[in-house]
Amino acid sequence: MIGRVLAALLLAGAPPVAAETFAITGGTVALGDGSQPIQNGVVVVRDGRIVAAGDIRMKLPPGTQVIDATGKWVTPGIIAGFSRLGLADVDLTASKEDGGGRSDTSGSADDTKSEGPFSAAIDVVPAINPMDTTIAVNRADGVTRAIVAPTAGKSIFAGQGAVIDTGADMEPVTAARKFQFVELGETGAANAGGSRSSAHVMFRNALREAAQLRRYSPSISARRPQAPDEREQPVVRNPNETRAYGAEARRSEDVLLTRFDAAALVPVLQGRQYLLVHVERASDILQVIELGRDFPSLKIVFVGASEGWLVADRIARAGIPVIASALNDLPASFEQIAATQSNVGRMRAAGVNVAIGMIDDNDTRNLFMERQYAGNLVALQRVPGATGVSWGEALAMITSRPAQAIGMGGEIGSLTAGRRADLVIWSGDPLEASSTAEQVYIDGVRQPLETHQTRLFERYRYLPRTDLPKAYRH
Amino acid sequence: MVSNKGLLAALAAACALSGCAALNPPPPNAAPVRINEDPYPSTYVRYPGVLTVVRHATVLTGDGQQINDGTVVFGNGAIQAVGGPDVASPAGAVEVDGTGKFVTPGIIDIHSHLGDYPSPSVDSMSDGNEATDPVRPEVWAEHSVWPQDPGFSRALANGGVTTLQILPGSANLFGGRSVVLKNVPGRTAQEMKFPGAPYGLKMACGENPKRVYGSKGNMPQTRMGNIALAREQWIKAQAYKRKWDEYYAHGGDIPERDLQMDTLKGVLEGKILVQNHCYRADEMANMIDMSKEFGYHITAFHHAVEAYKIADLLRENGICAVMWADWYGFKMEAYDAIKENIPLVQNAGACAIVHSDDANYIQRLNQEAAKALADGKRAGISGLSEAVAWEWLSRNPAQALGILNRTGTLTPGKMADVVLWNGDPFSDYTRPERVWIDGAEMYDINNAKKRPVSDFELGQPGEGDVK
Repeated sequence: MIGRVLAALLLAGAPPVAAETFAITGGTVALGDGSQPIQNGVVVVRDGRIVAAGDIRMKLPPGTQVIDATGKWVTPGIIAGFSRLGLADVDLTASKEDGGGRSDTSGSADDTKSEGPFSAAIDVVPAINPMDTTIAVNRADGVTRAIVAPTAGKSIFAGQGAVIDTGADMEPVTAARKFQFVELGETGAANAGGSRSSAHVMFRNALREAAQLRRYSPSISARRPQAPDEREQPVVRNPNETRAYGAEARRSEDVLLTRFDAAALVPVLQGRQYLLVHVERASDILQVIELGRDFPSLKIVFVGASEGWLVADRIARAGIPVIASALNDLPASFEQIAATQSNVGRMRAAGVNVAIGMIDDNDTRNLFMERQYAGNLVALQRVPGATGVSWGEALAMITSRPAQAIGMGGEIGSLTAGRRADLVIWSGDPLEASSTAEQVYIDGVRQPLETHQTRLFERYRYLPRTDLPKAYRH
Repeated sequence: MVSNKGLLAALAAACALSGCAALNPPPPNAAPVRINEDPYPSTYVRYPGVLTVVRHATVLTGDGQQINDGTVVFGNGAIQAVGGPDVASPAGAVEVDGTGKFVTPGIIDIHSHLGDYPSPSVDSMSDGNEATDPVRPEVWAEHSVWPQDPGFSRALANGGVTTLQILPGSANLFGGRSVVLKNVPGRTAQEMKFPGAPYGLKMACGENPKRVYGSKGNMPQTRMGNIALAREQWIKAQAYKRKWDEYYAHGGDIPERDLQMDTLKGVLEGKILVQNHCYRADEMANMIDMSKEFGYHITAFHHAVEAYKIADLLRENGICAVMWADWYGFKMEAYDAIKENIPLVQNAGACAIVHSDDANYIQRLNQEAAKALADGKRAGISGLSEAVAWEWLSRNPAQALGILNRTGTLTPGKMADVVLWNGDPFSDYTRPERVWIDGAEMYDINNAKKRPVSDFELGQPGEGDVK
């Protein structure tokens, strides 16, 4: 069935564009900007963008399709704040719980992690498969976009991540190479040879090499001008463009990174590409804030930050957004000793811009759980001593906040005029896991909600034997 | 000269104390030596509670009933009365107003690795898989349980979990014995052990054993290898059991003990319950046939993501399916997971159970049930309700653990394992408000002193925090 839908879309040739106007009326509308839901709200969509939404009365052009959402809820599509969506159809790797064993990626269904020679230069885009069952399953549950990061292999640098949509078409990429992902906590220490000190010096060295890459590209016999050389501020529109840099360039002999990896860090160094930094421990967070002072052009976003509440005021002062695990409350490692479900609420209360991601939590597939997690953060408001978040803020943390964290709030994540029309009509309150996505739109295009799972359900709904085997039921 | 008679008598006396039966063959009629089947006994003692009456709450009894404006009375560790507003309060009882709240039996997680894969997750404390041989029925999970795992307290305070089964991992075809614990902090595993609960045997089919050993070049490398190796053990176990049956019936030389076979013999005798990790429908069918070949019963298939394909077979064979609501695709054998698995098993008349297998999800099992319930209702499956869905969380797991006569439902005379929720537990917005185990209040949302803190957390940042 998915195949049929896709085939229809592909025949059309181009990515689907809905050159039409439609309105959704009568539902409870939540804008995703932190505000509380609006009864009997309206959402108007034209040419794949939001025209207006909320408590509005506007004259609709004749012929506007009106979708009645009475009794339903309407929100922006969920944005998976941190994920590996589209990188693995099946996780074949053996977990520790299963007794170890080899890391089996034969069959290539898992593209999350590379043990190859490159690091920062890795671009997640070629690995994304819009036909993965995981994308369909999450789409069917109202996840319309995802921030997708590679997993660090041998280096502290995992490579460049993207923003994708979950539409049933072959054009998944919304923004390629949107950020570089780096590990500077326990994983970073391990990948750097065993210590955080090593990870930090590797990081500083990598930025040095990125800076020198350009510096050394002119002939080294040329005399350095007194004033800063504009060539030390190369303009890089596409980070991959930097791979072409220095084809004839000379470099210092004191290098650890490949030329490609160093080139990929030029836009990070210049603040033209976001730098997502995974740290959990409070002291690690402070170290990264320090790095930010040494390299003021870096556009840092924290990922994880389970102990963020201990230093929340300092994160807020540094103005660094956080994509956090929603409910981590176990001292799962020595960098998460102070973990509590109140972490998100306390950071938010301190003024930190917090989004929710799935960090080391079924990040290839269970992104749909973010709305359940968000609901649980609301529940904390009624636990004495805990810090929860309001309903509106909880929804924002899985819609507009992740978009804002990587500078895409003007494009996706809320039902605000001009944003892409990614929206979901829910059977009820979307922060209740028991509610379901009944209609899903991406860029204004209504999406199919069938999946491998729904097809299996239909086949096995009734078990009694019939005239032909179950394989003929499709 | 010492008389022969006197020497024999002395020897006999010494042997009676030391059990050296082989030195001095007993006369044919002497009683055989009985093996102690409970050498690591529970030392759990319930903590004191007060006579308590919860009124005006919505009560889900755990056996399919919902009572609106319900009353639950418990004291002396046991449920005393359950009913509507007309249930009388015994003299001296403390009254709890349950208006707007729900009362349920405590949640029972039949599949947990708390204590044997504790937090922090470090190799030095990862004690859940004796992955040195695919046949390890001789290991007992209780000997790995670290009672200071902070996960126990999270399961209690955030999850309302009052009883849990700790299983060995699934690297092995025979992973070892499980242990059932009351979720009451203890200095030792014995202090947590559910008194009188039968042992379970963790078995596994499918990917894990063949991956763990196949990758080392050992058997099993295939699913057929899994089955062949398991059958060989059952053949040995039958022979072992015959030897002991013969000995118990007729005396003679005491057979040599084999720790592996002790456990498998216990299964063949029906004393140890088979808790079988198995995902795929076809593999569950193979395991059922193997159980029939050797004359044992499978109590439950754990994970059972394809239970919906053979729910009729599970019903006919009286086997429970232990399931997640929506986990899928994390490995090949989980590829066909569907969200209606639990309600379809329920609909077929088989025994459905919700489990966590996870230190985080154990804190939200009520929400897992809520998702499965909603998915089932949306699919048009009839006969589903919150009252029925609570059976997946307490009654059915109690049955599959052999403790249904003690706990799992709010039935007078049973252990007072009770949770008061601050709203409908099928909502994401609801949390446990108070949790009683054997009538003792172990958690109170309004009292920081009623919040367990493990030794590991003392003096650490966040000690005693709400978590």
